[in-house]
Parts: sequence; structure tokens; C-alpha cells
Amino acid sequence: MKKILFIEDESTLQKTFGDVLTHYEYKVISALNGEIGLRLAKSEKPDLILLDLILPRMHGFDVLKKLKQDSETEKIPVIILTNLEKMEDVEKAIELGAKTYLVKTQYKIEEVLDKIKKVLGE
Amino acid sequence: MGVEPTSFAWKANIIATIRHPPFCRGTRIRTEIKSSQRTRAAVALYPVYALSVFIKYSKVFSYSQSLLIYDIMVQYINMFKKIGFELNLVGQCKRYGLPLWQCPQFLFVVMGIIIILVSILSYLIGARYIVSPETVVLVVLIVTSILFVISFVITRSFERLAEASRMKSEFINIVSHQLRSPLTNIKWTFEVMASEEFKVPAEKQEEYFINVRENIARMVELIDDLLIVSKIEQGSFTMSKIEVSLKDLTRDLVERYRVFAEASRIKLSFYSQENLPNIFTDSSLLKIVTENLIDNAIRYTRGGGMVEIKLIREKDKVLFAIKDSGVGIHQKEQRYIFQKFFRARDISKERTKGSGLGLYVCKSIIDKLGGQIWFKSKLGKGTTFYFKLPIK
Repeated sequence: MKKILFIEDESTLQKTFGDVLTHYEYKVISALNGEIGLRLAKSEKPDLILLDLILPRMHGFDVLKKLKQDSETEKIPVIILTNLEKMEDVEKAIELGAKTYLVKTQYKIEEVLDKIKKVLGE
Repeated sequence: MGVEPTSFAWKANIIATIRHPPFCRGTRIRTEIKSSQRTRAAVALYPVYALSVFIKYSKVFSYSQSLLIYDIMVQYINMFKKIGFELNLVGQCKRYGLPLWQCPQFLFVVMGIIIILVSILSYLIGARYIVSPETVVLVVLIVTSILFVISFVITRSFERLAEASRMKSEFINIVSHQLRSPLTNIKWTFEVMASEEFKVPAEKQEEYFINVRENIARMVELIDDLLIVSKIEQGSFTMSKIEVSLKDLTRDLVERYRVFAEASRIKLSFYSQENLPNIFTDSSLLKIVTENLIDNAIRYTRGGGMVEIKLIREKDKVLFAIKDSGVGIHQKEQRYIFQKFFRARDISKERTKGSGLGLYVCKSIIDKLGGQIWFKSKLGKGTTFYFKLPIK
């Protein structure tokens, strides 16, 4: 069973999307902010990380930087899942090593799932 | 024959300030205000520097006039080359979204050049017609100062225009982002509930409905706040003043918030002076302010803390004070607290979902009701918000 770390501060999405991912037989690990997310990434070694950008305490980009700097977590693919949609943000995310950048309001849940499957190579 | 440039200590200071600006946190707009201030400082100081060189060298007649002027121009151009790149004028102007000739930084540079040229010209004319060098320098100084003031006024007004247009687009960006978050929540929750493939079990359905309701409430709250802000700014706020007992109003709110406070083990206490006079004011507006302050106090106080509300009469005014043992506000950020959408750095750590408009609305209402609102705070220790309203 593939493990997905979901770093997102909106508890509604943690519940809703978490339920969907569980239904499709992924193990979901929730993190409500960046610090918890980094800790769990190291301890749980997920197969994929879904990362929001607007997070309390740490901006998503700082989390991404730290993930890619740490040898234990740098290989884990990261999908940015956010509502920010400026060109600069997308470019910065890809520059920092994210696999793909999805704007939440533009994607249906199934489409996000397809992307996840693609990144996980299924 | 080269001229040794006089080394003014503050010349080095200008360059140092521009290379290492004071660390500026906070919203993008504050960063831009600082950078335009830096530009103005840099450009303003050069005519002053040039003028000071005039004053120094004009007394030394061994230098010919043309050499003197050449020297000034060369130094100005050299320094500008060093600084111009770092100021990144074109970049700054693009961010304002205005054509170059309306961009305040560019205007200021143009004004700077004009001032220098006019200084040189008035020096030449003065030196030709006036005998004593001191008078020449005085004339040059007066002409330059007048020009300086004029150019400052002009660029300031363009700067205000540019800032206003930037704030407007920033406002729209922030608002659309804040509305998007609850909207995504509702959208995705609905998709799951409507999905045929994914059958939502009964217990989960209840949870999902609650989520949707909460997020709708969030959007409504944000839009309500925005409407209040808009009404306040347009001055179309209709007030209906009646006699209001602040004591009763506050007591009702305190009772409503008691459960919320107890959930986080926060001790909520309320004290009102005996025979507190009624105030003649708008009751619903006052409720908005009081509710906002109580909500903030509880929300930003850690579990086990306390919130104390006091009502006292002070001569012809009534004072409301709410003290919390919460996170406090950093000294450097205190002057931005009442601004639209300002979220103090340490607050954003606790809560990313607020509209950021609460205190702006409070201040606007209290101002409109003829009172004053202020606060005292220490980072990590807590904050006390006060407002005073006239009884009549």
C-alpha cells in the first residue's frame, strides 16, 4: 500500500480528500503544518507528498526547500496542491523540485487522483 | 587634471543602506514603500552632494568653471551607474503597472537631473553677473531648494497614485485567494458526496454537511466584512444612534463567548463600574467592534490563559478595556495593526483563515462613532485593547 503524506492546514480537505485517498487504498498521513509535515516525512518515508503553499508557521516553499535539502526526503516526489496561481509561484515550485503544480479550484478530485497515479507510476 | 572627490561619510552610508536594506518583513506593499523610499533617498541626496561640492570648490578659483561642471557630472554619472543597477528602476516601475513617465521613481530621477542642470545653470549665470562668490552660492542654493520642494511634492502625489493602484490589485488578489479556500472545500466535498463511485457512509455524510456549512459561513463572514469595509470607505454608512448600555451589550457577548473560552480553558472575566452611564451611539456597529475584540482576545490566547474585560467611566467618556494573556504583537508590527489585511507574523502562525479585516473595521467604526481605539502589547506577554466613546 502506497503512503501519501498530505500537508494541508484546511481540516475540511484533510477529511474529504483523505477519505477519497483511503477509499482508493492509499495510506494517508495528515500534517496540518510544515513542521509536522517535515517530521513525518522523515519518520514515515511516504511514497508521495501533497503540499499546500499557504501554511501556518512555514510557507510551503520553505517546506519544499527543506525536503529537498535532506538526503532522507529528497527523493520523495512532491505535488503542490494550492490555490495560488501566479506564474512566479509555479516556476518557483518547479525550480525547487516539485513534480507538478495543481491549482485546487481548477481540478476535480478524480483529475488530481489521476495525477497522483501518474507520479507514482501506476 | 583629475579632481579628488571629497569623501563624505554619508556618501558611503547611502550606498550601504541601499545594498543592505533593513530586513523588511510583512506584506509586499510595505516592501515596495520601503524600496521607493530608498530610491527617493538615493536620488535626493545626489543633488545635495553636488551642491555641497559646488560650495566647496566655488571658492577655489584655480579651477576653471568647465572643469568644475565636468567633474560634477562625471561623479554623478559614476555614482548613478553604481546605484542605478541596484535600484532597478525599470523593475520597480513595472510592478506598479504604470507607464514609465508616471512612475514615481523614474520621475524623481528625472527631477534630480533637472535640479542638477538648473543648479549648474544658475551657478554659471550667477558667476557671470554677481561679484561675490558667497552670493552666487546663496542664489544657487535658493534656486535648488525651491526646485527640490516642487519636485518632492510632484513625485509624492504620483507615488500616492501608484500606491493606491497597487493596493487595489493586491486587495483583489488577497480577497480572491481567501474566497477560494472555502470554495475549494465546498466544491470537493460536494464532488465526493455526489460521486457514484464513492459511496459515502452515513456517519461521514453528517461530517461532510457540517464542513460545507462551516465553509459557507466563512465565505459569508468574509463578504460581510468586505461590504462593511466598502461602506465605510465610501462613507455610505448609515448610523442610527440610540441610548445603548455598553454594560448589557458586553455582558450578553461575554455569556455567548463563555463556552468558546471554556473549550480552551481560558478564564473569561467581566467587570463593569456601578452606574455606568448609557452612551448615545449606534448599537449594531458597537456590537461589531466589541464582538471582534472579544473574539480576537480569546482566539489568540493559549489554553489556560485569561481574558479580562473592564468598563469604566472617564469624565465624559466610557472606556472599554480588554486584556488577554495571549501571543502579543511584535513591537515592529504594532503600527500596522489597524491596516487592511495586515496579519502580524506571529498571528499567522496560529490562524491562517481569518479575513484580516477585523481590526480595520473596528478602527473605522470607532473613528466614525467619534471615539478612539488603541492598544498596548508585549510579544509573548499579551495585549490590551482599549476604546473610548463619548457619552453624548
